[in-house]
Amino acid sequence: MIDWVHAGPSVAAAFLASLVEFIEALTVVLAVGVVRGWRPALLGTAFGLAVLFLLVIVLGPALARIPLDVVQLAVGTLLLLFGLRWLRKAILRAAGIIALHDEEAAFAAETTLLRQAGGGGSEWDWVAIGAAFKIVMLEGIEVVFIVIAIGAAGGLLVPAGAGAIAALLVVVLLGIVLHRPLARIPENALKFAVGVLLCAFGAFWVGEGIGVAWPAADWSILALIAGFLAVALVSVLLCRGRARMLPAAQ
Amino acid sequence: MGWIYTALRELVGLFVDDGSLAVTALIWLAICGLVLPPLGIADAWLGLALFAGLAIILAENALRAARRKRASR
Repeated sequence: MIDWVHAGPSVAAAFLASLVEFIEALTVVLAVGVVRGWRPALLGTAFGLAVLFLLVIVLGPALARIPLDVVQLAVGTLLLLFGLRWLRKAILRAAGIIALHDEEAAFAAETTLLRQAGGGGSEWDWVAIGAAFKIVMLEGIEVVFIVIAIGAAGGLLVPAGAGAIAALLVVVLLGIVLHRPLARIPENALKFAVGVLLCAFGAFWVGEGIGVAWPAADWSILALIAGFLAVALVSVLLCRGRARMLPAAQ
Repeated sequence: MGWIYTALRELVGLFVDDGSLAVTALIWLAICGLVLPPLGIADAWLGLALFAGLAIILAENALRAARRKRASR
């Protein structure tokens, strides 16, 4: 029986992280659908989802055979690297050091590329199918990794998977209703939150793997979330100040 | 072979954006796992050391990136 209160942080982390990835995939799939037609867009998406499903079916049981402390250390390390990368970028975006990710601009760039690409005359528009397939695979692999990383080490694969599926449903529904990129969703705020969650989970699992006796056991994840959030917010302020203080290069 | 290289690059790109951040974090994890325990540091303090090191590495890297970006403008 799953303790959903206990599993809450895992569900929230998987939901938010998957939401960001699915929004990015939706932008490209929408561009393919608008420019090249919905049949190749949906076919490419279906192929991508099928390959991802196969990956999960093959890799999932294999993961269960690896000793838990090895999984915790390996998955925790990867999760930490993944989270630090996201959080660093989100800090720099929040501080105005690098530009915010713009779904409208990404949509415009993708539609231009798809209009310029040839190969749309035959029954199977492989350029369009390939574009939809590639983005679903790329973003989907990130989602699969996040779900496995958040869920596997703590035996919470089902709640983490449920969080990812909920995010998929939300994005698909919004895509069907709006028929345009989800530009109004505060993507950097989401990435900031997800970066904090991934760092906290990663640090926790690495700690478990190297034998740290966390005070209050799993509840330490909440303290780690608060700690990484504080560090990230202070870093944004420091980066903003640093950017103003230093003289620009001539 | 080009697609294998592209796929590998995408895979590595999932975890590594700034190489120095990834390398420094990995070195700190190795120190926490291999160097600190034999020094007799209590397991509970090891968790605090792990977090503190990662927090400093993240903040320092972000600040350095901000300085670099500003200098290149």
